[in-house]
Amino acid sequence: MNDHSCPTCSGHDHPRIPEPHFRPFPGTGTPVIELRGVCFSYDEREVLSDVDLTVASGDFMAVIGPNGGGKTTLVKLILGLLTPKAGTVRVLGADPLSTRPAVGYVPQHALIQPSFPVTVHEVVLLGLRREGGLLSSRRWPGYRGRDREKAMDALRMVDMAELSSRRFDALSGGQKQRVLVARALVSDPALLLFDEPTSNIDPQGKLCLFDLLSNLSASITIVMVSHDLISASTRISSVAVVNRALIQGAGRELTPSMLELIYGTHDASCPLDEYIKGVSSIFGQTGPRSSV
Amino acid sequence: MNAVLGMEFMQNALLAGLLASLACGVIGSLVVVNRQVFMAGGVAHTAYGGVGLAFFLGLPVLPCAVGFTVLAALIMALASFGRSERSDGIIGIMWAAGMAFGIILMDLTPGYNVDLMSYLFGSLLAVPRSDIWFMLLLDAILLAMVLFWYKDFLSLSFDMEFARSTGVPVRLLYAVMQVMTAVTVVMVIQIAGLILVIALLTIPPMLAELFTDSLWKTMALASLASLFFCLSGLAISYHLDLTSGASIIAVATAGYILAWGFKSLRRGA
Repeated sequence: MNDHSCPTCSGHDHPRIPEPHFRPFPGTGTPVIELRGVCFSYDEREVLSDVDLTVASGDFMAVIGPNGGGKTTLVKLILGLLTPKAGTVRVLGADPLSTRPAVGYVPQHALIQPSFPVTVHEVVLLGLRREGGLLSSRRWPGYRGRDREKAMDALRMVDMAELSSRRFDALSGGQKQRVLVARALVSDPALLLFDEPTSNIDPQGKLCLFDLLSNLSASITIVMVSHDLISASTRISSVAVVNRALIQGAGRELTPSMLELIYGTHDASCPLDEYIKGVSSIFGQTGPRSSV
Repeated sequence: MNAVLGMEFMQNALLAGLLASLACGVIGSLVVVNRQVFMAGGVAHTAYGGVGLAFFLGLPVLPCAVGFTVLAALIMALASFGRSERSDGIIGIMWAAGMAFGIILMDLTPGYNVDLMSYLFGSLLAVPRSDIWFMLLLDAILLAMVLFWYKDFLSLSFDMEFARSTGVPVRLLYAVMQVMTAVTVVMVIQIAGLILVIALLTIPPMLAELFTDSLWKTMALASLASLFFCLSGLAISYHLDLTSGASIIAVATAGYILAWGFKSLRRGA
């Protein structure tokens, strides 16, 4: 864990992430996420084809790929919001629907309504698991004191406790994303799933966010999908590439075949070639092969 | 003034205004934060089909309109859920078709020529006491439902995808929300008219949203603002001999513009 002064958060050091009250991953050796031969299509359009993916406990994985490559579909399959047309999805060794309470989800803040009458504290409280069915008698408009304190704890973890009574739509993009992380943390997840965490966030906000994720990854398995390769490269421990098919590397290295899956083959004179070489060097690998 | 308030029709109008304000403030806040004003407009116009059907078949207007509108709202909810890019088109079809259906049925009803204007603006000053009791019952049911599912409605309104991931039965509650909107619309439409329903579902929550930091506060302030607009609109209507519904809408619109101006000035200061 690295503490440092953060210019875009509150202007002071990030708090050290406390040793988690998160549930430890049950059992050793079993992957946190395991996809085998997964296929998914929307109507006739195939989005994922024969995808295998294994995420180990304690991993901080970036799943990168172009827009429309199936990243968000992958997240929804892991959350159990979608059912694969073929293959199996296991989360924490079981069906995603049954392990949903142990998974924290952080969607893109840009997709959330820009103007909504809700405080930061209330947003975090929304992350608490819903108990019972539609007619459960445990429904009551207020929150218990214990839940409110838990939400404040989650806000402290992301260094946003001071802004707990502020309206959510009054925050910057980076601050909103931190609050959404707190909303995911409040349910004590063993796995955190991020969908494009850096979209609509300025560069300083991205740095702050990745510092936070890096701290959190000490206690929680994190998987984030992103098309932002540069940001994704900074703190991750492993990488996978998805563009209908999925290639998973051994570590955080981008192999030529991974880059080819994202960008396709191209001429060495193509301006994109320089960019790809730059990306490749950031991930600590040589450039992709070019078809000359 | 006491003489005016002593008249039963005026007491009924005030009570109807109070009950309509409460329902519209609470349900209208859900409509506004879910960006479903167009959907509510569609539901309100479709209610006209239920009115036409009741007259054509010789059935009681209120139950027939409630049944028809709730059914139409459920169809709209099913057709639009998760397909926001097509929802406006589907609502537009239901909007026009429901109203046309009502008009044709009224044309076909032998010996009956209803005054369309009375359904557009309604007449708050002509509400019978029996309708007040019915409105009271519906208000109590609507408030109980909102209290019971408040956290779920807040969650799905703020971020539907995340709400699903935390186990909120989003599709069912979305349908429940449409049914509540339909019931509110039918309840208010017969006393206040089609246009006042849309105005009360929209203007007070839009105003309240400017000054509140929580959905329940928006609902409360919207109900109070709605009541203020109803009372002041009624007073103007009584003294200037104007249509009550149109007067209320004029006051509410002016109130919103003033509130928006005040908020903008304060933000700029």
